[in-house]
This record gives sequence, structure tokens and C-alpha cells, in this order.
Amino acid sequence: MIIFFQHIGQACLKSIEKLGRASLFFIAIISSIGYVLLRPNLLIKQLFSVGVLTFWLIAISGLFVGMVLGLQGVYTLSTFGAESSLGIMVAASLVRELGPVVGALLFAGRAGSALTAEIGLMKATEQLSGMEMMAIDPLKYIIAPRFFAGFISLPLLVAIFSAMGIIGGYLAGVELLHVDSGAYWSQMQASIDFDADIVNGMIKSIIFAWLVSWIALFEGYDAVPTSAGISRATTRTVVNSSFAILIFDFLLTALMFGVA
Amino acid sequence: MISIRNLTFSRGNRKIFDNISMQIMPHKITAIMGPSGTGKTTLLKLIGGQLKPDSGTILVNDQEIHQLSRRALYELRKKMGMLFQSGALLSDMSVYDNIAFPIREHTKLTKSMIRTVVLMKLNAVGLRGARDLMPSELSGGMARRIAMARALALDPEMILYDEPFTGQDPISLAVLVKLIKTLNQTLHLTSIVVSHDVEETASIADYIYLMSEGKIVGQGSPEELTQSDSEWVQQFMQGQADGPVPFHYPADDFSEELFAL
Repeated sequence: MIIFFQHIGQACLKSIEKLGRASLFFIAIISSIGYVLLRPNLLIKQLFSVGVLTFWLIAISGLFVGMVLGLQGVYTLSTFGAESSLGIMVAASLVRELGPVVGALLFAGRAGSALTAEIGLMKATEQLSGMEMMAIDPLKYIIAPRFFAGFISLPLLVAIFSAMGIIGGYLAGVELLHVDSGAYWSQMQASIDFDADIVNGMIKSIIFAWLVSWIALFEGYDAVPTSAGISRATTRTVVNSSFAILIFDFLLTALMFGVA
Repeated sequence: MISIRNLTFSRGNRKIFDNISMQIMPHKITAIMGPSGTGKTTLLKLIGGQLKPDSGTILVNDQEIHQLSRRALYELRKKMGMLFQSGALLSDMSVYDNIAFPIREHTKLTKSMIRTVVLMKLNAVGLRGARDLMPSELSGGMARRIAMARALALDPEMILYDEPFTGQDPISLAVLVKLIKTLNQTLHLTSIVVSHDVEETASIADYIYLMSEGKIVGQGSPEELTQSDSEWVQQFMQGQADGPVPFHYPADDFSEELFAL
């Protein structure tokens, strides 16, 4: 019985220690913002590999999620004779919830896992140590530009996801199931509130961008520098990012929409 | 130039170094040798300030390396080149950019001057023609020579070599041995070579420290060590399978174990 509690205690201590290391890591990244601003080329390169290369995954996923919403929406709303409200249903679902959450989950799977594997491999092949010995801080040169690239990219990708989803909803609802086109757009325009819906959705995406980029880079930097260690770190990035996104989504939704 | 005093370092419960002291002579090649797992690479990381000792001091250029601020440590590292066992070349940069990288980061030289310096370094290691290749296109020996050129990029005063001969074919091996010796003499470097390749290292080293189980078990010039009375030194220098370092990992009696039911 004592051994059982010892194991629990050790696991808790390890988790707290890891959270402490992750916090120091984050502070080091934030304090490198000046370095990144002085070297925009580093940031632009990472914006391409983190953001642009994730574009098609986000755009195509957004389109199909929107099409499914369109189909399901028409079938559900037609029960109440409210097909004309399809536009608002699709847009509100995407802008408030599905855009930020699904967009961030896809980003964690594509860009987050790639960041962890890249940093883990750089650690395993002594590239980070090599930089240290050349008197170049890898936190500034390697980690910080990737963090800010993720932080900038995800909110933009979420906006693209939502826009593509609205187009998908239009294709399925209006073009395929003949919902009135005017009703689709006008209901959406009249009911979607800029502050309550769009701004809140963007705030969520910014917080998810911070979480996913931080988790992915820290897991890579903290990985055991072996093939098995990098594999475990990559898995942890996807699992921990997904949990963090879903938990924070609940908390943010409760704050933004739940407590009136 | 480098002075190690009463150094103790542990990993978990295992003591890697137990109160060792060393003196690295300026402008000479000092070899640190010993069987695998004796902490030779760890010693280089301690000298480079990447690890902190449990106790003891390491003085580099009369500065205690583990007491330096981050800025001062980075300034000192600019005078220190290191050749990693894996080469540690940045995989997303060409050979040229790998060598130009520290120069671009630490100097304000013009593009054409950087080009001249990079070509000089590459020429010194015989790989000027390979400047446009990517690290993935290099053989093991070539990668190590490029890493050597990069370590020399900022004209350091001292250079640390981590297992430079491991896994090399005979031609690459001869090239690396010659390069280390020639560069040391021409540039008046202070070199530390960590290795377990006895013949190659002994052929270029001015002084050798032999290490085992956290202690220095022998030291002297290659000639002195060859004539040493120590059984351990003789076993290592002559590459004998059995001796003070036993062939068998500690185990129960073999015949008893075979016939045990």
C-alpha cells in the first residue's frame, strides 16, 4: 500500500517538475521576441513550414466539415420547417466551436507532431548542442521562431477553416438540397455577431495556438534523444495537445457563452 | 590554458568522475582515453560548460567556466571549437552555409569576406569542392571533416575533438589523423582529443590521460605509457581482451549455472 502511494507521489512530483521546466522554457521563448523581430527571415521560413504547408489540410477539412454540417442541418431543420436558418446554424457552429477546435486538432496532428519530431531529431543528432558550443542560443535561433510561427499561423488557419466550412455548407445546403440562397446568406449576416461569435472564436484560436506550439516545442526539446524517445514525445504532443484544446475549449466556452 | 581540479560528477547514483585533476598544456594535443562508457564525452561537455560538476573547478583561460554568466560563457565558447562525434552539422543547411553560420552570427564580415573565409576553411580540410552538398549527401568521413572546418570557422584558440576516429574507413582515418596534427601545429591550437583508438591517438598526442571507472589510471607521453608497469595501462594500450578489466561481466560460476536445474 505504501509503495502504491510512493508511486503516486513520485508521479506527481515528476509532473510538477516537468511543468516547472516547461514554464521556464516558455519564459525563455517569450524573452526571445526581440531576437525574432530582428531576424524576420527566420520567422518567415517557419511561417511557411508551419502555416503554409498546413493550408491544404485545413482548407479541405473545413470544406467537408461544412458540407456535412449543411447536410445534417437541412435534415434536422426541415423537421421544424426551419431550413432557412441553415446559414446561421452552419456559421455559428463553425465560427464559435468547430473552426477553432477542429482546426487546432488538425494543426496539432500535422504541424505540432512535425515540430516535436524535428526538434527531437535535432537534439538526438547533437545539432542543438553544436549550436550551444558555437555560442548560438538554440532557444532563440531554433525554438522561438517556430513558436511565433505557430502562434501566428493557427488563428489564420482557423479563419480559413471556418470560411471554407461556410462555403461547404452552402454547396451542400443550397446547391445540393435547394435551400434558398438568399436566406442562407441573409440569416447568417443578420445573426452572427462580430464580438460574441467571431472575436470569441478568434480568442479561442489564439489560446489554442499558444497551447499547441508550446506543448509541441517543449516535448521535442525535452525528448529522450533516441528513436523511441522521439516517437514517444511525438505521441505525447498529439495526445496532450488534444486534451489541452478540449479542456480549454470547455473553460473558454463557459466563460464566453455559458455565464450570461 | 585548461585546468581541471578535484572534479567530481555523478549521473544518478553512478559516479562518472571521482575527484580527478588534469592540466591541459597550451598548443599541445592532449588525449583523454579509456574504454567506452568512462565519461570521456561527458568531460568535454563539462569543459564546454554544457554540464555542471558536483564539485571541483574547471578553469579555461583562467576563468572558472561554471561561474560565468551566460553572456561570458558564450564569449568564451567563441574561442572554443568542438567537433562532435556525429558531426552535428545542421541538416537543413548546405556545407557552405554550415561553415558560414557561426561567422554570420558572430561577425560583421561582408558577404565576399565570409565567402573567402569559408573557402579557406574548406580548403584546409580538402573539401572545397563539396561546398554545395547537403549534409545528407556526405560520407561519414566527409561530414567529420566539414564539422572540423566549422569548428575552425571562428579561429578558436582551442578545439575539442569527441571520438574523431570512430567508424572511419582507413583512408578517412589517416586524413583525420593528419588534419588534427597539421591544424594543431599550423594554427598553434590547444587540442583535446577524446578517443579509444589507441594507435591513431598515440601517434599524434603529446600527452595522454587514461581513465577508468571515474579515475585517472595512467598519464604521460605515448612513449611513457607504452613502457608503463601498470597492468591496466598495458591491457588498454595493447588491446588485450582480459586483464584488470575482465572479459566476463560479473556472473555466477559458469559450470554451476550450466548444471543448475
